[in-house]
Amino acid sequence: MQQDNPALKRSVNISWLFKMAWRDARRNKSRLFLFVSSIILGIAALVAVYSFRDNMQRDIDNQAKMLTGADLTIQARKPVSAKTQAVLDTLGNEKASERSFASMIYFLKNQGSRLVQVRALEGNYPFYGTIETTPANAARTFQQERRALVDKTVMLQFNAKPGDSIKIGSLNFLIAGILDKAPGQTGISATVAPVVYIPLKYLEQTGLTKIGSRIQYKYYYRYNKPSAVATQVKKIQPLLDKEGLDTETVESKKESTGKSFRDVSRFLELSGFIALLLGCIGVGSAIHVYIGEKLNSIATLRCLGLKAWEAFLIYLIQIVFIGFIGAVLGAALGTIIQFALPMVLKDFIPVELTLQISWLAIGQGVLLGLIISVLFALPSLLSVRTISPLNAIRHSFEKSTDPRDPLKWFVYLLILLFVLAFTRFQMSSWMQAAVFTASILIAFLLLFGLSRLLMWAVKRVIPSSSSYLWRQGFANLYRPNNQTLMLTVSIGLSAAFICTLFFVQGILIKRVTISAEGNQANMILFDIQNEQKEAVAKLTRDYKLPVMNQVPVVTVRIEKIYAKKALKDTAKDSKRATQGELRVTFQDTLTSAEKVTEGVWKGKIKPGAQVYVSLEEGYAKHIHAGVGDSIVFNVQGLLIPTVVGSLREVNWARMQTNFRVVFPTGVLEDAPQFHVLMTRITSNDVSANFQSAVVKEFPNVSVIDLGLILKTLDELLSKISFVIQFMAAFSMATGWIVLVSAVLTSRGQRLRESVLLRTLGASRKQILVITAIEYLFLGAFSAGAGIILALGGSWLLAVFSFDTSFTPSLLPILLLFTLICFLVVLTGVLNSRKVLNTPPLAVLNS
Amino acid sequence: MPSENILHIENVSKIYKSAGKELTVLNNVNFSVEGGSTLAITGPSGSGKTTLLGLCAGLDRSTTGSVKLNGIKLDELTEDQRAAVRNRYIGFIFQNFQLMPTLTALENVMVPMELRGEKDIRTHAMDLLDKVGLAERSHHYPVQLSGGEQQRVSLARAFSNKPAILFADEPTGNLDAETSEKIEKLMFELNRDAGTTLIIVTHDLELAMRTNRIIKIKGGVIISDNPNATR
Repeated sequence: MQQDNPALKRSVNISWLFKMAWRDARRNKSRLFLFVSSIILGIAALVAVYSFRDNMQRDIDNQAKMLTGADLTIQARKPVSAKTQAVLDTLGNEKASERSFASMIYFLKNQGSRLVQVRALEGNYPFYGTIETTPANAARTFQQERRALVDKTVMLQFNAKPGDSIKIGSLNFLIAGILDKAPGQTGISATVAPVVYIPLKYLEQTGLTKIGSRIQYKYYYRYNKPSAVATQVKKIQPLLDKEGLDTETVESKKESTGKSFRDVSRFLELSGFIALLLGCIGVGSAIHVYIGEKLNSIATLRCLGLKAWEAFLIYLIQIVFIGFIGAVLGAALGTIIQFALPMVLKDFIPVELTLQISWLAIGQGVLLGLIISVLFALPSLLSVRTISPLNAIRHSFEKSTDPRDPLKWFVYLLILLFVLAFTRFQMSSWMQAAVFTASILIAFLLLFGLSRLLMWAVKRVIPSSSSYLWRQGFANLYRPNNQTLMLTVSIGLSAAFICTLFFVQGILIKRVTISAEGNQANMILFDIQNEQKEAVAKLTRDYKLPVMNQVPVVTVRIEKIYAKKALKDTAKDSKRATQGELRVTFQDTLTSAEKVTEGVWKGKIKPGAQVYVSLEEGYAKHIHAGVGDSIVFNVQGLLIPTVVGSLREVNWARMQTNFRVVFPTGVLEDAPQFHVLMTRITSNDVSANFQSAVVKEFPNVSVIDLGLILKTLDELLSKISFVIQFMAAFSMATGWIVLVSAVLTSRGQRLRESVLLRTLGASRKQILVITAIEYLFLGAFSAGAGIILALGGSWLLAVFSFDTSFTPSLLPILLLFTLICFLVVLTGVLNSRKVLNTPPLAVLNS
Repeated sequence: MPSENILHIENVSKIYKSAGKELTVLNNVNFSVEGGSTLAITGPSGSGKTTLLGLCAGLDRSTTGSVKLNGIKLDELTEDQRAAVRNRYIGFIFQNFQLMPTLTALENVMVPMELRGEKDIRTHAMDLLDKVGLAERSHHYPVQLSGGEQQRVSLARAFSNKPAILFADEPTGNLDAETSEKIEKLMFELNRDAGTTLIIVTHDLELAMRTNRIIKIKGGVIISDNPNATR
């Protein structure tokens, strides 16, 4: 039997394959490093984020007590009953209490006023960690007298110093110190809601604790034996549930803070992953060119008796090895970069971060780098199997790649599954992971399609009458082994990523800005008591300001829902709907921001008649209620049965007092309530004077200035966008490295072409112009494709997610476009210098 | 001394399909080659010489017919089995040398032996380089060698696995006359010493005249198959 002939059998010598892989790689070290350099930044970004996440988790675990400041915190949204208070008084070995609410403070010296979060504190809180102040002892002494600690940003805004006075409600407080950091507070939370501490014993005298004021009650406890907390909480849980009280322990704080940071780190990891994916496209493409150049060697080895899989394994070993080196270098760089992350994220970190090398993060990064570089190299590597030995005697005898190779399609599927699995690991649901993967895939496919379209179009559109330099420059875009596809994808995706971030930021700002445009209100006065209603309106008119809207607000709870659909829902859903307080209004006509979509709106009812309320559509869906369902409301202890009469569509983008539940007039008029007044002020001076006047005359009334909100939002978005831009920079830098790699990879081919042209009489300048035209067009097209993708994506987000129109500003787009084109041309031309400077004879001789 | 046939080609045709059309490159070719003999295959460009060489050496499959090398029917083998046959019985010399650019001269010569899993091959490889006069250049890379030197390394590599049959595809096609002469001399010397069967594909009639037998091929068909009367 021929098949039994020993001449037909030869075992695979693995150690020789390693030796051959090394021999083949040693003369290509710099090229192989170039390939792998594309993934270094992606791995670095991921390892930096992984390390940061590990350090953060450890510090949260170690410092959770300082975040809560106590072993147990109990929170209530209303005063607790005497019975519950008696139970609360028995808890812990040491206790403190706090009441917090939003209120205006008024600086006596310069008459400035601002909405802050007032925290009235009693006791030795925090039991763990400190309230950081300047001077440091102010945190310990402010409770002894009528003194306050004022957030540093507010102090800076009003140029105030310790020793100055502020007025809160009807009481003046001496500023004892600048509040640098409250327990668990981050830079972001200080920006959104700056804190002012005052002693609790003076709260009553401020006059701000009237009915209707939205006060949060907190009780802090320290335990000599912290292990007793869980048992005690379990024991009193039924009572707490009944009263609607929440608890926070060190463990629950660890969990909630950890969860928040997992969300942040997931976002950062996904950003890093995008950079890594870009790099991998670069690696895949470079390996494709590399294997193409190895065609002769592989064919010769096959002639000498090398099996197809042995040839494949030689290059697989190389890729595994360089992938490993790249991943290790990336991990090392990432470990260094993690020390920069706290600077970037300083406004989001609630703990003192202690940075250490995370071997787990390094291990994860190296493994990921290894897997992904091999996965992306495999499609090109697999074609090694199909290189015929005939290529050694006849060039281009047959195509080395078979597009129908099932193994190759299996690898593409593996890549897709890997991206999906990785994103699932970062995100909380398969759906989110699928959407992310699909988005990336669609972006890739669009850019792929666009680059193909470009090559097709350039081939046909460039007129044969145009100058040779232009024709040659454009021809480079579609010649064999061109880099058009890879560069369009990598540069385009980076540009799309950056532009989308920029556009979304613009959409968010615009959404708020629009609400302040035209004749819409831009200032809200709330917490106006019944007896102040007319006086506040008069003061507003005295300042020649319009009273655009004045509505009553009543705090209610849902006691019971008798809904057809709700009955079928889980007990958890029903419980969620009846928990918490609702702020509702009553009115006889709907506002211009409201539109009835189902049922009939009845604005007035007679005493004793059936009460028909109107629900906002989204809220109705949330509580599973519809027209005709019955809801019993608890209004400060009084139960009011109602029927859902209508559903409304509400334009939340309008600066208007919008409510989820609206009662008709004739029901809630006598319920405890406060009022909200809206006006429009166009002058900053009038705004400042009016706010001062309101705070002076009605200290309990708070003012929301849309200008301040815009400023805060801008600050907030700037801080967030800085983080995003930091991560996006990895993608940009990776895109650039891929570009450099692509230019250097194709340099050999360019060199031969350039030498031929120069031999035929082309000048250096002409070669330079051809190169510049090619890269200019490549850069312009890639950047344009990326910007178009970003415009499309942002438009979809604006219309379907933010419910607003999308009109991008042109100048930044033009600037980014020009910058990308410039960088691409510069990189292309600089890296082609060798092509320009090599004497033709040197190449012809070789 | 000629012995039994080492290569037997029977009714071999090769047809390529391109753009829906069939192109017959070889048409019903028959011949046999005795072990230890030398044979030249000549013919104009596009006559099918290189295709025939590829089929004889097991680099490709014929469309019809059979190729038997050293008693093994190559058409019935998988590509990996044919690779094993090439490694064990065949040596190659190419027109453009086909040395691995990333391997030194010595390593290039060692490769066929390494593939067979042979041990202590360095001395044998150095001996071969010495025979072709390149012992001093053993650690040089192909790019550091002249064309003639590269072809000498290629010769050393071709003989390194003591092949039963050596296929040379235009071995002097890329060399000047003087270097060609040296390479031809060396090739025939090594062939004689090793007792290898030599099959040369060439345009060069002078080179062809140095073999025992000349097959002329044109349009994919053998037009003459004669012993070389001058030898």
